[in-house]
This record gives sequence, structure tokens and C-alpha cells, in this order.
Amino acid sequence: MAVDMELESVLRPPEFPQAPYPPKVITLANGKRMVVREVTRADVPQLLKSVHPTLFIDRDYYNVVGARVYAELIAWQYYRVQNEYVLVGQVDGLVAGIVNGRLYSPKVGMSLHTLAIDRGLRIGAHLFAAKMEHHIEYLNQDEVLIVAESPIGFRRWMIEYGLEPTTIPHELGGAPSYKLTRELYFKSKSRLVVGDRPVPQDLMDVAQQDLTVATEKAIREKIAGLKGR
Amino acid sequence: MRDVAVIGVGMIPFGRRDQDTLMDMLAYASMKALDDAGLGDKGVDALYVGNMGAGILQHQSSIASALVDRLSLLPAAAEAIENGPASGGSAVKNGVLAVASGYYDVVLVAGGEKMREVTGWRATDFVATMTHPEVEYPYGITLPGMAGMFTRLYMEKYGLTREMLVEVAIKNQKMGALNPYAHVEMMITKEGIYESPHSVVNNPPAADPLHLYDACPVSDGAAALVLCPLEMAAKLTKNVPVLVAGFGQATDTHTLQERDDPTDLKAVTLAAQQAFERAKLKPEDIHVAELHDAFTVLEIAESEHVGFFKKGEGGKAVLAGKTRLGGKLPINVSGGLKARGHPVGATGVAQVVDIVWQLRHELPEDRQVKNAQNGLTVNFGGFGNNVVCFILRRVEQ
Repeated sequence: MAVDMELESVLRPPEFPQAPYPPKVITLANGKRMVVREVTRADVPQLLKSVHPTLFIDRDYYNVVGARVYAELIAWQYYRVQNEYVLVGQVDGLVAGIVNGRLYSPKVGMSLHTLAIDRGLRIGAHLFAAKMEHHIEYLNQDEVLIVAESPIGFRRWMIEYGLEPTTIPHELGGAPSYKLTRELYFKSKSRLVVGDRPVPQDLMDVAQQDLTVATEKAIREKIAGLKGR
Repeated sequence: MRDVAVIGVGMIPFGRRDQDTLMDMLAYASMKALDDAGLGDKGVDALYVGNMGAGILQHQSSIASALVDRLSLLPAAAEAIENGPASGGSAVKNGVLAVASGYYDVVLVAGGEKMREVTGWRATDFVATMTHPEVEYPYGITLPGMAGMFTRLYMEKYGLTREMLVEVAIKNQKMGALNPYAHVEMMITKEGIYESPHSVVNNPPAADPLHLYDACPVSDGAAALVLCPLEMAAKLTKNVPVLVAGFGQATDTHTLQERDDPTDLKAVTLAAQQAFERAKLKPEDIHVAELHDAFTVLEIAESEHVGFFKKGEGGKAVLAGKTRLGGKLPINVSGGLKARGHPVGATGVAQVVDIVWQLRHELPEDRQVKNAQNGLTVNFGGFGNNVVCFILRRVEQ
């Protein structure tokens, strides 16, 4: 797509300075290692392949979350969202999950979505925790606004972190809004946020060189299970 | 009383079956069992259905007569049996009694539950309806809560450790990963759920000292079997008949607080004693067992209460590998409730089905207990207040 940089200077939202997320590695329940790292706009086309199958999965609100993540990734790729970041979880290079968020202001974060591609391993819980870690510890924000679009999300975020309801509207459609404060984050950190740094070079090399995506069929099976028999 | 044989078995994969109704699942499993027996849809005298929650979860009653009609088995007699998580075992027991008495010749027993159409919270609440409505349920007790308290007492009294529970979870999920009927098809490692500091998130506390991987999943599923007099088996089927050599059933107090020793699962002991007595067998004669591991602690506690191991020795046996496939007494080779899943009304039937497959020597090498001749099941209702135990024996032809 041709880009007119003169117009872009008008269309693109101005951005605040944004600290990078230092990658970490997490040992999963099955003993495999998941690398969690920040990706760049150049990775978006590959990530979209991972998200696309979820648009058509009418289960656990995957279609709602998938469609929104898909749009948010494209909007980020074309500089239409202010201060967005995207983290991925990769196991042997394979995308296991994606989370994103953005800076609403230098001190207030806006959690966007958490999409677990591989299920049953608490990938979503780990990636959501990484997202909160990024906002509070690396972006040095005071609070993060959060909504849940599924019962699983409500359990994982609102209940497990003890989030506080807030009247500040979240930009994801007006659902009841909650916030994670620095105090709540550090209160929960020891039981919800894990990971080792630095990531061993061999694992990092695989993650960076092989941002691979499972087949559409495999993704559907991972999410919806194999029990349609 | 006539000897009773299992001549056909069927199961559908457990898990989350959004596309199927409860009746669909019961019908699929029943047709598999009838086909396995070689009966088709002819000649069934009576049908017993084990189910705990259709009235609550599906707002449906009279499911046994509905199933008879669905299967075109009219005018077979039909009854649904509700006995908490022991509903499946109770249905099998009633089927066995019906054939043993001489009143019916061919009886179909099915068990099924559809639990995933409600959230996990609602499912937990549904299961908690088996607790005492005045002195337990109103105070928020759940089955995981009971299991947690039981585990703490068992640890204090018998030296049970978390490591022992972890080994049960790993063993059963490993076997589940090999079982095409299992709900959970994922292997886990000791590092991932116990040793690594990251396990605090992977395997969080659920009901202290029990953690996430100590509990069975909430499942949809169904299983079925066909019973007939042993003397008729050869005429009706080509399958190796499996004799219901013995069974036992016992109850204990409804509330845990009324038990002299809450760690003593008296109903398990009594049900097993009755079954062994009727089968004229001893615990050391059993080659494979399916125990009701709704929580990992229960596999260990039941293995002691049925007499496989002395009190306090069950956990050590797990650590020593005695209960793995290839060990001295393989337990829950199917993956158990922990991995095969626990659609409550189906479980007691599924346990018998799995043992029948073992005794017919029909399973793949990586799941078959070599030359198994005798098997045992324990279906545990409530928190041990209603227990059904079966002993099955391969009949050489």
C-alpha cells in the first residue's frame, strides 16, 4: 500500500517515549519453555495468520477477542493506534499466545487483549501477567484499565488480581471497567508473575528467527479441542 | 442368583462436547455398547441410566425412558438412577441385580453427564448440591474444599506429601494422553507443576493443600455396557465375556463432621470387602484397578482403603512406581477421573468399561496390563458417603 508521508504526519497519533519489554522465559506445566518477548510491526503479517482462525471460533468468546486483536494488530502496523505494544509467547518458535495494550497517557495504561492459542497450560495467565508487568515495572505506569470479555477473563483478571472497579471508561466498548494499581500488582506479583531473565541465547535465537504459526486446523483444535468426534 | 457377564461396552470421548445434547451422548455410547455386543437394537429387556444432574443442568427428567425411545428399544423397562457421583456405579449395580435375579436377561446400562454447558462455578455449585443442605452447603462448602481438608488431615495422620499427589497427577495425565477417550490429553512434568518456581502460576493452590492439577476436569461424556447371564453370553456375543465376580456398596454419614475419623473412608472399605467376599478374591488377586481419583488424594486413600496397601503406604507405592503401567498394580491406566474426565453420571460406568477392555486384552500395548485377569473399580459418591465397588473377572472360553 502506497503511503503518503505528508498525510501520515497528520493521521498518525503522536507517541510518548515507551520503554521496551525485556524478554523472559517461563517453564510451563508440560516442562516446555515459553519465551515471552515484545514483537515489532514487521511481525504483524505473521501474527495475523495466528489470529485469523480464531475469528470463526464461537467458543469462549474467541471470535470476539480474535476479531478485535486482528483489527488492533493491523491498526498498529499502520500507525493508527497510539503507543501500542504487542507481546508474544513462543514455544519452540511457535506462537502460543498474544497480548497487547497501549499507553493511554504516560501514567495510565490500557490493557487491550489476551489471546491464548495453546490452551490448558495457563498461557493466557502468564501472558496477561507479563502485560501487567510491562505496564507497571517497565513502562512505569501507575495504573492499568482492564475489561473482561469472557468469563475466563473475568476469573483470571478481576478475581485473581482483586482488581478495583472504576468509573473511568475503558475504550473497549463500555463494558464495566476495572483497574490494576501499582499496589495491587505488587500484592499479587509473587503468586501471578513469573519468568527468568535473561533468556538463554539459544532459546532467544529460535524465538526471533522462527516466529512460526501453527496450521489453521491445529489452531482450531488447540482452542476448540479434538472432541468433535 | 445367576452369574452376570458384561458382553458389550461403549464409550464416547470425554471432554467438552458443545455439539451434543445429553441424550445424544447417551445414545452414542449405548449404540456402541450394543454394536460391540453384536445385539444391534434387538432384545434389550431393561435399561438403567446413571445420571446426577439432568434435572438441574438440562432441566430434563425421565431421561431413561427418553433414551429407550431414542434407541428404538421400546418397550424395554427403563429407570434413571441418581446417586451423586456414584450414579454410574449404582446403575451398573441395579443392572447386575436385575439380571442376577433372573427377571431380565439382557440389560443395557448407560451413564452420562453434560456439565460443560454451564460455567465452572455453576458446575462446582451443582456438584456441591450433594452436601448437607443445612449444615454444609449454606456455609459455602464445595467438594474441592472437602477434599482439601481431607488431604490436610491425611498428611498429618499418614505422612502423605505433595510430592506423592504430584506423582499421581503426572502418572494419570500421562496415561490420559494415550487414551483417545480422555478429556485431558496433555502430559505434565514434575518440574512444570511442582519443582520450578514458575509452578506457582502453572499449578496454583485450589483448596490448600490441593492444587489445580490435583483435581479432575469438569467433563461431558457417556459410557454404556450390556449385561446378560453368563450362561447366555456365548450365544449372544463373540466377545470374551467378563464376569461381574462381585460387587459391594456402602454408605457413610452424610456430613463429614459426624465421622469418628474423617480420614477413614469406611464406605470404601466396606464396599470393597463385600466385593472381595462375593468374588472370593483378595486384594493381591487384582491385576488392574480404576479408582475414583476426583482428587489425586483419593486415588491414594482408596488404594489403602480397599486393601491394596496399608494405611500410609499408598503414597509411597506411587513414588515407587508400583501403581504405574508395568508396576505391581497399575491403577487408573485410563488416566482416571483426573485425565479421562469426570462427567459424574458416566464415571462409574466408564470405569467398568475400561476394566472390561483391560480384561478382554483389547487395548494397545502402551495401555494394556499384560495378561490381566481380575480388575476392580471404586465409584465414590459424595465425599465417600456412597461407594460402589466392582470386581470383574475375565472368563476364558
